Amino acid sequence: MSLLDVRDLSIVFSRRGRRDVRAVDEVTFSVAAGETVGLVGESGCGKSVTSLAIMGLLPKRGAAVGGSIKFDGTELTSLPADKMRGLRGRDIAMVFQDPMTSLNPVIPIGLQVTEVLRRHRDMDAAAASKEAASLLERVGIPDPARRLKEYPHQLSGGMRQRALIAMALACKPRLLIADEPTTALDVTIQAQILELLKELVVDSGTALVMITHDLGVVAGMCDSVHVMYSGRIVERASRWELFEAPRHPYTAGLLASVPRLDQARGEKLEPIPGSPRDTIPWTQGCAFAPRCRNRIESCTQGAPELVADKLRPDHDLRCFNPIDVAEQEAVTL
Amino acid sequence: MSLQVAESAIQQAEHADEAGGGLWREAFRRLVRKPAAIIGAIFVAIFVIVAVFAPLIAPYSPTATDLSQIKGPGHIPGPSSTHWLGLDDLGRDVFSRMIYGARQSLVVGVVSMAFGMVGGIILGLLAGGLGGWVDATIMRFVDMMLAIPGLLFAIGIAAMLGQSLVSVMIAIGVVNIPVFARLLRGQMLAQREADYALAAKSLGVKRSRIILGHVFPNSLSPVIVQGTLTLATAIIEAAGLAFLGLSGADPAIPEWGRMLADTQKFLTSAPQLVFYPGIAIVLSALGFTLLGESLREALDPKNRR
Ligand SMILES: Nc1ncnc2c1ncn2[C@@H]1O[C@H](COP(=O)(O)OP(=O)(O)OP(=O)(O)O)[C@@H](O)[C@H]1O
Ligand code: SF4
Ligand SMILES: [Mg+2]
Repeated sequence: MSLLDVRDLSIVFSRRGRRDVRAVDEVTFSVAAGETVGLVGESGCGKSVTSLAIMGLLPKRGAAVGGSIKFDGTELTSLPADKMRGLRGRDIAMVFQDPMTSLNPVIPIGLQVTEVLRRHRDMDAAAASKEAASLLERVGIPDPARRLKEYPHQLSGGMRQRALIAMALACKPRLLIADEPTTALDVTIQAQILELLKELVVDSGTALVMITHDLGVVAGMCDSVHVMYSGRIVERASRWELFEAPRHPYTAGLLASVPRLDQARGEKLEPIPGSPRDTIPWTQGCAFAPRCRNRIESCTQGAPELVADKLRPDHDLRCFNPIDVAEQEAVTL
Repeated sequence: MSLQVAESAIQQAEHADEAGGGLWREAFRRLVRKPAAIIGAIFVAIFVIVAVFAPLIAPYSPTATDLSQIKGPGHIPGPSSTHWLGLDDLGRDVFSRMIYGARQSLVVGVVSMAFGMVGGIILGLLAGGLGGWVDATIMRFVDMMLAIPGLLFAIGIAAMLGQSLVSVMIAIGVVNIPVFARLLRGQMLAQREADYALAAKSLGVKRSRIILGHVFPNSLSPVIVQGTLTLATAIIEAAGLAFLGLSGADPAIPEWGRMLADTQKFLTSAPQLVFYPGIAIVLSALGFTLLGESLREALDPKNRR
């Protein structure tokens, strides 16, 4: 059985005087213990709200969560708030996008790290601060004893993200959700942080849900990848499969817009035309249709379902007219 | 001189920042670069020093009379080498009375501000922390208080509690409660949505701890700015109440508002007697206002480097 089982998740935001927003729908995926799973898609496709739903952190009012989220067999969507709080930080933890704002600016780093330890690991102040120092050391923060006394603004962005990762992993959670953990950082720091995350989850056997808009991030670390568009998963495959033979036109578009080492210099990247806002509701057809080069007539007459790919095993697809594997091989050759 | 003070303060602040420090230290560093803040700080410093060390500075007792100088009924001696600011109608040394008056004003200002701030923080914390019907009830109450004009409200309370300095301080304090409550509650509601609060939640930190340990300390800076500004208005309000005869203090105890009230009848014959307490009230209030406004700017995240 898998560690995390998300089935048919839907998230609907409703606000008075406005139309309901179905931010996420029909999202199904699972994560096995120790596995690293990528959730990829452009801005606004519902990656963050999906992770907040798993964490039970969506606002209670105005956000309706449907479907099921099972963690180690426990249904999270109906779990009482105090039980959920007991899980958070101990069994499931999260790293957020912006390390500049995710730390409390008026409290020293040390107190923020020890807070988690004292909450979940029943440590006294002395033991907690010792453990905090070794945690910071583990995430590669030099001179941890001094850093613990410092305030967030005295640390660089990369250091802060390291501290936040240390906090998230303080209780050796079984599942870590990283929501674009490197997007706010300098390019050189990005690679270091990803490397660190990879190393830590392997060391501790933590399962990782890596949320990103950057397929380059996925390429380096994920076992399997789920590509989301406009609130739904449109393609799912192993990392190799997805990079070798993307079948969904959206995935192919994302891949084409990632700079590659084997690319001839000066060769133009091909961005996907239009923006994520050029979409149609799934009820009217494929949401990607307005931007899709492979669009056929049936694409705007009804929504495609996520089904197993006929041509490839272990590959799911939500598309009426996927990219031909033969055609692709021709391109790669 | 002041430039040197400012410069060494900058150096000190920068040094301190290396050693560790927070939001406030950073704000302080920005603060010492503002001329308005320096001027305000100088006024406030003079005011506080004079108030604290009044017995050491004042050449005479504030109640001692020197009738030898009074040459007849209605004669009010002006400044001289023995009495720098002259004497008042009862032959008391005005300079000494002004100095002791600073003491009164500082006590009234600080106590009534503290009263209002503590009251406001309690209400604001309950409203912003608990939310729901507690918030709704408290805020309705606060709005009601805000609807009554401040000075009128203070006069009412002071009259109700009887004429004494304590009732003046309570009156001014009560009048200031809603401002602090509103400010803190609004700030807390905003800070509850901040990323660090969500991050703390994601670590399973308990709600009460997030509110008290994270949201509350982050919501305090505008309250402290307001406290500084309130010192200014409290001094003016106290003077106003004294002027209206509500402070009830022993007339022998010098108090700037009261001195202003008692001497207005000499406005034509000895205008200096009205001028001194008037200018003292204005300058001390100005000092706190300059300091408070500069502090507000220094703490504003928008102005951060
Ligand atoms: N509190 C909310 N109320 C209403 N709609 C919301 C709310 N939060 C998110 N949404 C909607 O849900 C959709 C998905 O948002 P989400 O933040 O999950 O996107 P994302 O994939 O994480 O994008 P990004 O890459 O920008 O972080 C958005 O279209 C947004 O409009
Ligand atoms: S369903 Fe049609 S429009 Fe949608 S991605 Fe596939 S081909 Fe393009
Ligand atoms: Mg997001």
